[in-house]
Amino acid sequence: MPREMMYAEAMQAAIVEEMQRDSNVIFYGQNLGMTERDPMVRKFGKSRVRITPISETAEIGMAVGAALAGLRPVVELYMSEFMLVAMNQVLNEAPRLRYMSGGQVTVPLVLKAGYGFAAGWAGQHSNCIYHTMMGIPGLKVAIPSTAADAKGLMTAAIRDNNPVVYLHHYLLTLDKGEVPDGDYVVPFGVADVKRTGGDVTIVATGWMVKLSLAAAERLAQDGISAEVIDPRTLAPLDVETILKSVKKTGRLVVVDQAPRHASAAAIIAGEVAERGFEYLKAPVRMVTALDTSIPYSEPLEKYVLPSEEKIVNAVRSILVRHAVAV
Amino acid sequence: MSLNTDLPNERLVWMYNQMVRIREFEERVKNTFAENPGVIRGHTHLADGAEASIVGTLTARGENDPVMPSYRCHGYPIVLGTPTRKIMAEIYGRRDGLCKGFGGSMHLADPAHHFPGTSGIIAQGIAQATGLALAAQVKQTGQVAFSFFGDGASKQGAFYESLNIAAVWKLPIVYILENNEYQAYTHISLEDANFVAGDPLSKKAEGFSIPGMTVDGTDPLAMYHATRKATDRARAGQGPTLIESKFYRLSAHGNAITVPPVPTQFPEHEAIEVYSNRTEYEKARANDPVPRFRSRLVSEGVLAESDAARIEEAAQKEIEDAVQFALASPFPAPEEAVNYVYA
Repeated sequence: MPREMMYAEAMQAAIVEEMQRDSNVIFYGQNLGMTERDPMVRKFGKSRVRITPISETAEIGMAVGAALAGLRPVVELYMSEFMLVAMNQVLNEAPRLRYMSGGQVTVPLVLKAGYGFAAGWAGQHSNCIYHTMMGIPGLKVAIPSTAADAKGLMTAAIRDNNPVVYLHHYLLTLDKGEVPDGDYVVPFGVADVKRTGGDVTIVATGWMVKLSLAAAERLAQDGISAEVIDPRTLAPLDVETILKSVKKTGRLVVVDQAPRHASAAAIIAGEVAERGFEYLKAPVRMVTALDTSIPYSEPLEKYVLPSEEKIVNAVRSILVRHAVAV
Repeated sequence: MSLNTDLPNERLVWMYNQMVRIREFEERVKNTFAENPGVIRGHTHLADGAEASIVGTLTARGENDPVMPSYRCHGYPIVLGTPTRKIMAEIYGRRDGLCKGFGGSMHLADPAHHFPGTSGIIAQGIAQATGLALAAQVKQTGQVAFSFFGDGASKQGAFYESLNIAAVWKLPIVYILENNEYQAYTHISLEDANFVAGDPLSKKAEGFSIPGMTVDGTDPLAMYHATRKATDRARAGQGPTLIESKFYRLSAHGNAITVPPVPTQFPEHEAIEVYSNRTEYEKARANDPVPRFRSRLVSEGVLAESDAARIEEAAQKEIEDAVQFALASPFPAPEEAVNYVYA
């Protein structure tokens, strides 16, 4: 029986279940398990659930070392930007050690962090930095958009034998959704068709999936049928499912909360341009943040970020052109 | 001079043997740049001068204790039991190399011998070694982790963050700060606050309220006894120790960085090349730890002159064999490059 759960609860449930299943899974981060009353501490003890100083380089570097020694650390980093102070460990240590050793070692770890907090957090706590990670061979990047995916991707991340950056969206934290009971795994590299449609393909991740589904609903009222695809992991990236959809619809809109330049959206558009050019009846549209930092004041923030409105307009812009051509 | 140690003679001779093997290995790596130009690519860092420090420290190691050195990493696996053939073949980029040609000189790894790898980025391995100690504590394995790094690394954030956490959690780890007086090309007088104030670098331990020791890293027995104290403490659950091992790097930081097709060469030591201080370098040369330990063992009657000569000859044969093995080993097939990206 599936159970209704909040996105945040679903992530946590996956961590608890994996810690119960495998004593090699440990969980640590700043401000975690501070007292004996903490439910994680009560369940797993202070050896496996630890509070750390504000030391991201050591936290992530230790996770690399502990993983080399057979543990499966899950590091709670809270905000993805906090990883930036330790980026060498994230990009140039965890994903490199297996390759440099000629396959002798594995580095199974999960770096869990929120991202894209578009709620007045201004320039340094609202960013989408997954484009810096998705191009690093050896590293995997998971971005859940629903409670079910939050659970299934976390379970898959902990069981994966590679370093995984697991990015959850703060604005989805309290969203509820049906989560399958028991051992629920969402395999990496398998996109999910969140809504089927025949006129246009919308590809989106994280919070953008929610906005894209709302946009699709509005477009449906005008008789436009949009298919919404969530890749769920940006590395590995399921290009096949996107191509299959574009073959059907002939149109592609890629939605990404990150600034446009060097975005995940640009990568997806590039793959489709190379491998699916003959399917396209209209230019690919990218709906992204503007190439600015995230401003504090609400009207400024709204102006910079993608919105339901901007997605609807992007879809209309390529459908109108088609209508004229016909 | 008495040896003043509890180590049996057999172990002392073993120590000398390991020191000789490291020296011979590093000499042959260095000679490769002249004998076979182009065979070694990229950057290579040698451990000559560090033999007493490496061997003395590892003599105190328990048989399952993990070791994580910096990218100046040839010496440790030689002591841990990694075949020198495989190390040389890796440095030559060959398929029979320890890492099948994927890592090279800076990134040796031999997990089967408790050496899970190295970072080529200064100080980053300190955090990873601390993670090895965390795993030992969580799994209650009784292991003590060995973290080796240079004096330059002790100015990096990873050093401070790691020692702080290790002290808070009383992790079973020994930090060995190898003070060879040069941070790459820069003399320590230009970059270390303790040195500038006339203090030993082990003073950094006070910042974490853990024991700090400064030890003569050219004396393998002094290093052994200091490390033994630190491992005993770590194994008893009392936490980390910082050991400053003082010695002098006898070769330059690394081979000169050249642009292909110019084959790379080994320059003179920075004391001469950068600071025009040949006297300092010659003084360090005169204090070479390998012949010093040899004459100590011979004069104490632990090692016969003829046995010492046999050890040296055997090391020469072993490393000559390693060189020939590495030269004869094929290159990896180009398409192997896509292996090992993901587990």
